[in-house]
Amino acid sequence: MNPRRRVRAAALSVVGLLAAAALAACGGGSVGSDVDAQPSSSGSLVVYSGRNEDLVAPVIEAFEKASGIDVEVRYGSTPEMAAQLLEEGQGTPADVYFSQDAGALQALEDAGLLAPLSSGSVAKVADVYRSASGQWVGISGRARVLTYNTELVPAAQLPDSVFDLTDPAWKGQVGWAPTNASFQSFVTAMRLSEGDAVAEKWIADMVANGAQSFESNSEIREAVDAGTIKVGLSNHYYLYEKIAEVGAGSVTAANHYLGAGDPGSLVNVAGVGILAPSQRQAQAQALVDYLLSTEGQTYFAETTFEYPLVDGVPTAAELRPLAELQGPGISLGQLSDVAATQAMLSEAGLI
Amino acid sequence: MPVDAPIRTEPRAPVRGSVLGVRAAPLHVVAALAALVASVPLLYLVVRVSDAGWSRVLDIVVSPRTGVLALRSVGLALAVALTCMVVGIAVAWLVTRTDLPLRRTWLVVAALPLAIPSYVTAYTWLAAFPWLEGPVASWFVMVMACTPYVVLPVAAVLMRLDPSGLDVARTLGLGPVAAFRRAVVPQVLPAAASGGLLVALYTLSEFGVVSLLRFDTFTRVIYTSYRASFDRTTAAVLALVLVALAVVFVLAERRVRGPGSRWRTDRGAARVAQPLRLGAWRWPALAAMCGFYALAVLFPMAMLGVLLLRGRPGVDVGEWAAAIGSTVLASGTGALIALLLAIPIGVLAARYRDRLASAIESVAFLGFALPGVTVGLSLVFLGITIAPVLYQTLAMLGFAYAVLFLSTAIGSVRSSVAQVPPVLEDVGRTLGHGPLRTWSRITLPLVAPGIAAGALIVLLTAMKELPATLMLRPTGMDTLATELWTRTSVAQFGEAAPYAVSLVLLAAVPALVLARLAGRRQEG
Repeated sequence: MNPRRRVRAAALSVVGLLAAAALAACGGGSVGSDVDAQPSSSGSLVVYSGRNEDLVAPVIEAFEKASGIDVEVRYGSTPEMAAQLLEEGQGTPADVYFSQDAGALQALEDAGLLAPLSSGSVAKVADVYRSASGQWVGISGRARVLTYNTELVPAAQLPDSVFDLTDPAWKGQVGWAPTNASFQSFVTAMRLSEGDAVAEKWIADMVANGAQSFESNSEIREAVDAGTIKVGLSNHYYLYEKIAEVGAGSVTAANHYLGAGDPGSLVNVAGVGILAPSQRQAQAQALVDYLLSTEGQTYFAETTFEYPLVDGVPTAAELRPLAELQGPGISLGQLSDVAATQAMLSEAGLI
Repeated sequence: MPVDAPIRTEPRAPVRGSVLGVRAAPLHVVAALAALVASVPLLYLVVRVSDAGWSRVLDIVVSPRTGVLALRSVGLALAVALTCMVVGIAVAWLVTRTDLPLRRTWLVVAALPLAIPSYVTAYTWLAAFPWLEGPVASWFVMVMACTPYVVLPVAAVLMRLDPSGLDVARTLGLGPVAAFRRAVVPQVLPAAASGGLLVALYTLSEFGVVSLLRFDTFTRVIYTSYRASFDRTTAAVLALVLVALAVVFVLAERRVRGPGSRWRTDRGAARVAQPLRLGAWRWPALAAMCGFYALAVLFPMAMLGVLLLRGRPGVDVGEWAAAIGSTVLASGTGALIALLLAIPIGVLAARYRDRLASAIESVAFLGFALPGVTVGLSLVFLGITIAPVLYQTLAMLGFAYAVLFLSTAIGSVRSSVAQVPPVLEDVGRTLGHGPLRTWSRITLPLVAPGIAAGALIVLLTAMKELPATLMLRPTGMDTLATELWTRTSVAQFGEAAPYAVSLVLLAAVPALVLARLAGRRQEG
């Protein structure tokens, strides 16, 4: 084939491809619009999940089987999804929002987008792990920990408080993730429990002590495990993800729980809320009930190594029991107050 | 008269109506509509910012941190764009005009970095060198990912460039370097600058690379303000600042491009160029090419291979095939819509040099400078308010791709139209054809490869897009990029590697066709 013909053939194939795509788009568009248009009481229950598909899909499937209710899940990351829900407002096609942290749920509640949860199952969760006004509820607990490299740090040298990490002994050895939502919740907790001045000083001292910034908790885990840094401020379950992937024998990182009442011992939750505009309130409530049932809670305890929040469901043996964790005395709903935290981190040049 | 010398564009036929002091042709109206469609994110940002009140807007804009970040973003964008232009012109010249061994193969290789999403490139470098971070590392990875934006258009110009300009310069007594600078550089500079503009805008909006390499830029802060506080107002104000920075780059490119015309004015066919003999430089040049593309293509591909083997990829074949299908469908839809918008704008930009045409073209470029999350949210807002029926459908997702990547198509449409002498169209008109018929009989066949190249680059870029895809895809639909994201956000890269490899291989197809199109000689 001469070059010019080849070009023509290429151009033709592109045109063909585009035409096919256009046809499919028109077809797909009209089919999709039946499903995704305005909220209606028929059709599937639509869940917006800020939690990962690998973690959520199995428990949703189990719910579908148990209830006979059809569920469609849309996956995204928690904050972007919250922003999307705020943008969608009353027109949202979502019935349920499954969030990775309490702050995002509180932001939706504050915007008037959540419906009150009516069911008795919500009462099974301790007050501290749900919204004061009953519009969202925690499903599983996630503890802040200090992840450390077991080859570089003897257990005896581990600190009791995040405030010890400003000691010169830890110079350049602490990883943190200033842009991460869990980290910002922890700083918010510090601000609320210890006061802004203390939090501000801690941040400045940490910066002066050469704290290493990372984008995410998994990057911190990798750096600690590789020995690039000795310790990192993270959430407890990231370690178990790694162990599940490569086996306990190949992991040199371990979790250390900080002392009672320390901001570094905060326990946050992943939780759910039902969207106020939803026309499928009963089905949505059924999903919430299922997630708080023994089956649902056991799933999270065993698969994601998070803390079950309903009594009687055992916590994974590797974890320190939830009852022994004592975070700072603040309510999780207050954690939506991240604006001041961001201003503080921004002032320090961290975000 | 020297061929390809810049001459003034002849004014087109007189038209009625006046906008911006310019007499507007029907083409202006069509192109303005296309630009309006493309400026949806801008309108959204204005709506969001107007909620805020002036004092709050001022607080955000005037903070010292905003200034620092703006400087960093502009600095990075400028450094990446200039490096890509220098490397890109050199590579394009080596593969089109010299006796470099295997130069046709090299042109194909030079297109391949386009197939690798830049966040994947960053990830592979980090997997090998975990200590990489900061501005220099970000610059390096961005350069590795972005050179094709310059190489391809410049190679296309060099392939079609009549070599007699260079010969004339030599016979007038200039040495080889001076002749190259006087006769060739002015010809390729506009193509290199428009490629450089795309690189600069892309760098401004880039999030994956700078966040992996821990370099705080403007875009990273926009993401952070969505992420931690669901604060759409601050994010919108910052995004508007980003738009202002983008405008500076657009205007700079406009200056470099200048008012000259790019068609041959001589009679007869252009002579086929004899490749320049590199002599003693042949092997060092080959070594430089090998070195550069070992870093830009071979390294990330090999690392992906290693990660693929090291992980335990348990790929569900059905899921995998569905993801490939959705990727092609969604990005194909995007390419088609982008083309419909890009053709009137590109033709207008090639044929008219007035202020209105210039404004229309500039507006269409801004989507590329905005972070995907901002464009995504703007279309969420638009979809819910104006077209709830289309919300979260394939058509809407394709539209988002078109808005984001329209600018990548405009350049190739514009430059291919600019190479068709308007006198050909005038001949068509004197033979009694109407303007549309003339265009479809005469211009279209000549510019078809350029238009195809525009569609392909949108197709390619859309395949790799993530944030807008997450928000606007039909519920339940997964593309290769979302599958990749699902896996990297939960576990190690091992599980994601099969999807990353599939994405790279799939995107390599349009990249190879692009290389072919850039490497063809002038038609007719």
